[in-house]
Amino acid sequence: MSTEKGAGAGTVSGIDIRLDIYRLMLEARSFEHYAYQMFLEGLVKGTSHLATGQEAIAAGFAAAMRSSDLTFCTYRGHIHTLLRGTPPGPLMAELLGRATGVCGGKGGSMHLTWAPAGAMGSYAIVGAHLPIAAGAAWAAQERETGQVSVCFFGDGATNIGAFHEALNMAVVWNLPVVFVCENNQYMEYTPISDVTAVEHPAADRACAYGLEGILADGNDPDEMFDVATAAIEKARSGDGPSLIEALTYRHGGHSRADPGAYRPDEEVEMWKARDPIPMYRERLMEDGVPESQLIGIEESVEAAMGAAVDEARSAPFPSVSSIATQVWADGGSRWRN
Amino acid sequence: MAELISYREAVAHALAQEMERDSSVYLIGEDVAAAGGVFKTTPGLLERFGPRRVRDTPISEEAIVGAVMGAAMNGLRPVAEIMFSDFLATCWDLIANQVAKTRYMTDGQVTLPLVIRTANGAGVRFGAQHSQSLENWAMAVPGLKVVAPSTPRDVIGLLAASIRDPDPVIFFEHKGLFATRGPVPAGELVGELGKASVLREGSDVTILALAAMVPRALAAADELAGRGIDATVVDVRCLVPLDMQTILDAVAATGRVYTVEENPRLCGWGAEVVSIIAEEAFYDLDQPMVRITTDHVPLPSADILEDAAVPSVERILTTVEKTLE
Repeated sequence: MSTEKGAGAGTVSGIDIRLDIYRLMLEARSFEHYAYQMFLEGLVKGTSHLATGQEAIAAGFAAAMRSSDLTFCTYRGHIHTLLRGTPPGPLMAELLGRATGVCGGKGGSMHLTWAPAGAMGSYAIVGAHLPIAAGAAWAAQERETGQVSVCFFGDGATNIGAFHEALNMAVVWNLPVVFVCENNQYMEYTPISDVTAVEHPAADRACAYGLEGILADGNDPDEMFDVATAAIEKARSGDGPSLIEALTYRHGGHSRADPGAYRPDEEVEMWKARDPIPMYRERLMEDGVPESQLIGIEESVEAAMGAAVDEARSAPFPSVSSIATQVWADGGSRWRN
Repeated sequence: MAELISYREAVAHALAQEMERDSSVYLIGEDVAAAGGVFKTTPGLLERFGPRRVRDTPISEEAIVGAVMGAAMNGLRPVAEIMFSDFLATCWDLIANQVAKTRYMTDGQVTLPLVIRTANGAGVRFGAQHSQSLENWAMAVPGLKVVAPSTPRDVIGLLAASIRDPDPVIFFEHKGLFATRGPVPAGELVGELGKASVLREGSDVTILALAAMVPRALAAADELAGRGIDATVVDVRCLVPLDMQTILDAVAATGRVYTVEENPRLCGWGAEVVSIIAEEAFYDLDQPMVRITTDHVPLPSADILEDAAVPSVERILTTVEKTLE
């Protein structure tokens, strides 16, 4: 399957799943909105990398995964972590460096993990998590758990060695892992096309590992769900890994420090016109979903995220004594007697 | 009745003991399966445990370490071999940034019971990129346990303990010791991480040594005894956790401290140890502490140069005699 469908492509998914995907995208958008607001207030510390505009990929996959499946994502991973079912209050509290954060304030925006939901970490060194995702898939294969490992990464990761090492080994070992390149066109500030030998940084490399080159519209939630479902089923049935390149665009800059001024206005406008959320809303209405139902979803998401923000804002700061906990499995940090 | 086996054989012995006991223990690495390892430390394991549990990998150190990390977080207790410790540099992101920090960064959500075994050290004339002693690299990163045994018995006991440990362990096997032999008792052998071993007790000086420097320290101590200097020799064995209590007790008894370190001078393990002694046992000391290390140079290949760069029995002897007050 080599796909390059435009927006508005048809789908065979049931309406419940599609409404679920719509809700997931709204949760992601709203979470990032509040993360940005609280960053401007000085409450989110350090840096943050927003995925606004890229929600269809994480939402399509989240809807296609089983609860026991595992997600590995990047420092632009608030939404991938959230959409696996991580409670939004503790997730937001982690961004704010609070004791109730999912990682007790030790992780921060770039290091989010919520193992109970299978969100096995957001990784901040580009490419490092591809071999780790493959390793988790190896354990799933050996233990016959039926789990599939899904690994999200940016276009920039396709030029680092770990990408190639992980793909090769995943294919040789026939591992149940799905590699998802979210090609948002820019490495950080540099267009990926300026620094990459091929036009499609992931899809054009797939053949080097005996894989199909899968190019998908990352702003089309239905297409993402279909592509995700096919790859996950392939992995789960023992037919090995897939590499998917999903074309998308981030509405903002690389990180909080970057206004994204290096991008041509017309390019930004073109992609904003392809914003997956209003596009999907329109499509669902065309397909007969009453607007009142969509408004109901929108209001409930807004209420939930507002409550999460309130929860995070009022959460306590970590105790300084927690610095010395959880280096080791005994809960402590002792390195000598 | 103790059996005499080689340090090399002890590696496979320990792996087999643990793989027999626990079906979640796996071994992966370059040439570890069909070839039995380039140092022949893993022969027979493929035949005994099958191709799923003993598996050859491509020359992809990041993929190897990533594989054991991901597998450890999802229910296996995997062991990876990185052929030469020098190659740790090619996967140091996975080890130092990912393996070491993940438990902490997730506030304990993720446990990583894994072992990375690697052939370390000089003595085989491989030159600067295949001969380094890099225990101090691992020691400098919070979240890694660091083990470097000197005898076949400790290879078995400490490798078994490392595999059973719930935290990541970097296990340094010394190339220069592979052919050495030592007694190993019959039956299951499991050691304890974080315990130094006092191999010889004397009243005049304490010599602290690790891995291939241990037999040299013992040989020097025997020679010093003939010259009227009575030495304690401590095999540190494990750098993290570090058994400072045993070391401080030995210092209190002798008042004189020598470290014998195969690493280059700067920031070797002995620098940390003597700094702790200086802070906590300064008034037990009768003279300045002395570090005997490899020169601060990349290791040369020619035998005459390598031998001169690394601490020798002769250098230990002359240093002790020259500095003893």
